[in-house]
Amino acid sequence: MIRNVIIGILTVALIGTGYWGYTEHQEKNSILIKAENNYQRAFHQLTYRIDQLNEEIGTVLAMNSKKSLSPALAEVWRITSEARGDVGQLPLSLLPFNKTEEFLSNIGDFSYRVAVRDLDKEPLTKEEMNTLKKLYETSNEIKQELRKVQSLAIKNNLRWMDVELALASEKEPTDNTIVDGFKTVEKNVEQISEVNWGETKPDQLQEKVNLDHYLKGKPITKNQAKKIALSFANIKNPKKVEVNETFQHSKYTAYNVTIHENDRETTYIDISKKGGHPVWMLNSRDVKEAKISLNEATQRAEKFLKKHGFKNMTLADSNQFDNVGIVTFVHLMDNVIVYPDSVTLKVALDNGEIIGYEAINYLTSHKQRTLPKKIISLKEAHKQVNPNVEIHEEQLAIIKNDLGKEILCYEFIGTLGDDTYKMYINATNGEEEKVEKLKEAEPLYS
Amino acid sequence: MDILQKLFKLFLACFIISGIFLTETRKSEAFTDQVIQKGAVGDDVIELQARLQYLGFYNGNIDGVFGWRTYWAVRNFQYEFGLDVDGLVGPKMKEMLVKASEYDEQFVKNALNKGDIPLHYGGQPRDETQVKKRQKQYAKNAQRQTQQKQAQQGQRRQQSKRQHAKQWQQTQPRQQMQQQKPKIQQAVNTPKGFSENDIRLMSNAVYGEARGEPYIGQVAVAAVIINRLNSASFPNDVAGVIFEPGAFTAVADGQIWLKPNETARKAVLDAINGWDPTGGATYYFNPDTATSGWIWSRPQVVKIGKHIFAH
Repeated sequence: MIRNVIIGILTVALIGTGYWGYTEHQEKNSILIKAENNYQRAFHQLTYRIDQLNEEIGTVLAMNSKKSLSPALAEVWRITSEARGDVGQLPLSLLPFNKTEEFLSNIGDFSYRVAVRDLDKEPLTKEEMNTLKKLYETSNEIKQELRKVQSLAIKNNLRWMDVELALASEKEPTDNTIVDGFKTVEKNVEQISEVNWGETKPDQLQEKVNLDHYLKGKPITKNQAKKIALSFANIKNPKKVEVNETFQHSKYTAYNVTIHENDRETTYIDISKKGGHPVWMLNSRDVKEAKISLNEATQRAEKFLKKHGFKNMTLADSNQFDNVGIVTFVHLMDNVIVYPDSVTLKVALDNGEIIGYEAINYLTSHKQRTLPKKIISLKEAHKQVNPNVEIHEEQLAIIKNDLGKEILCYEFIGTLGDDTYKMYINATNGEEEKVEKLKEAEPLYS
Repeated sequence: MDILQKLFKLFLACFIISGIFLTETRKSEAFTDQVIQKGAVGDDVIELQARLQYLGFYNGNIDGVFGWRTYWAVRNFQYEFGLDVDGLVGPKMKEMLVKASEYDEQFVKNALNKGDIPLHYGGQPRDETQVKKRQKQYAKNAQRQTQQKQAQQGQRRQQSKRQHAKQWQQTQPRQQMQQQKPKIQQAVNTPKGFSENDIRLMSNAVYGEARGEPYIGQVAVAAVIINRLNSASFPNDVAGVIFEPGAFTAVADGQIWLKPNETARKAVLDAINGWDPTGGATYYFNPDTATSGWIWSRPQVVKIGKHIFAH
């Protein structure tokens, strides 16, 4: 009798577990399929867009009038940005695919620049035509390769989930059609990297900032770096100091100094090897309740800069985040604000200590400058500003344009409705270089 | 009798004069001593905005953040009341504000905490643009005005200031305060180009990826996210970078949804504000656990904590 009851209970339990396992399995499958479908959509859309891109560049080559060129190039720009979006949704981050992404981004920049240009005044140059031809060829190669991968994927029911697994494990040399296909694409793009993109935005990240070029002084030793760091951070009795060096491919060559003051407080400073200049400093301590004002913090920051040999600096921006003040100073040259020469300081509002310093912009751009002599008058510049904007402040300023070049501008600060804007009018030719809507505080939504 | 009367008059005069002086030098009670400048946050800013709104100079939200709208309101006030137009709220301006306006701290603070429907605090909003026009004229003249001139006018101004203050008091119907709900909503300073939610998302990612790292290691991870935003090889938005499949292990295994601590947020803010311990790195990996051979081939920049940062 008892045996039968137990058997009955166990049978029920077994059936129950079986059913539970089955539903779990179903659910897991449906989630996997959903994830897989997302990858599939991104992949097929990517191939479609590269197709479109190739087609569109092909038509641009045969066009002649501005009326048809500009919209076609704008279309190229749109397609590249969509294609980049697709790439971003595929699990390719462990695959060398950055050259292709860069390539897409460059096509976008290039076509945008040409599309917005007045092609009646400045028609396409020969070099630009050559660039377009090259882009046409390359995009054709990418298209062919992706189409091949796509057809194989459909034919053999290849799954992107497997790609992900293959890439993540990488125990044996991956034998995956999709991975191989994308590797081929990347190789093709790498080979044509000598495309002439014209004037492009300098890639600040890739470009090795040659800090040594700008800095003065002799190479310093580890010990000197330690001393400079301690005096800069104003620390007398550190518990422990570590000094490391940056690796070979760093943007700049420096000593990384870590100063352990006590259990709660650590200060990190990078000191350049040449000349021993502090590049940046950051202190990790928790800042208690604010006791001093942002205004006082600004004054302390100014004092700090003076003490460390910065001359003619003026406040560009100040903001309070929780209990710290972030103040940015820029160089002032003959009443011209030099925005590229900026130093940012972080001030603890509990005791006014400087707990952060960042000067890489200043160190890599500060130099003796000569201003263009012939500049338009303030009145003329004023005429170039949107008449609907009420101007409240105006001054001369040097800014960096999209191509990373320094230009002298009239800076106008004004309001339109409730919003405040900074407008930059080129002081030599009166062109509107940049308009910037200034950020207001953001409401807390929760 | 005569002497008594004279004495009485003298006494009265003394009383009145001392009274004037006392009120003149009396510190504004509510404000703290700090000079309030653009970018500041906190109670003083709330009071400043409430008082400026009461007087009709400021029509934005009372949010406790000294932004551009508050800045222009302060300058308008300074212009109207004959103060130096510099956008800094010093003791003089605070004193005049306190005299000219009323501030119901309890009411405003309650509304701030509750997140009340934004309306207007104080009397009718004035036409902001009209004020600005006048101010514009002033701005033009301001530079030419010499210190001397200001000193001469000092006396006259002092008087007109007081008149102004009185006028405001009279023209502002106080009852309206109860009838109309003020425009009050809490706000935060956020760095340019980033919303508060972006910062939260990044804090989540940094916490999930590097909570065991030293502070500088967390700043470095946040800096990598920002470097990726600026790189052509990666998406251009915070969500795109963070959720790129396979980009971050914390996203893949769900650790990104742990509740981040203050340190992670601090690290993110530092990175956004320009600190980059990695010198422009776009990759990092833990040499002990990295499975991909490819990642080792990237040009390496620096080692911070357990992570090696690379281009």
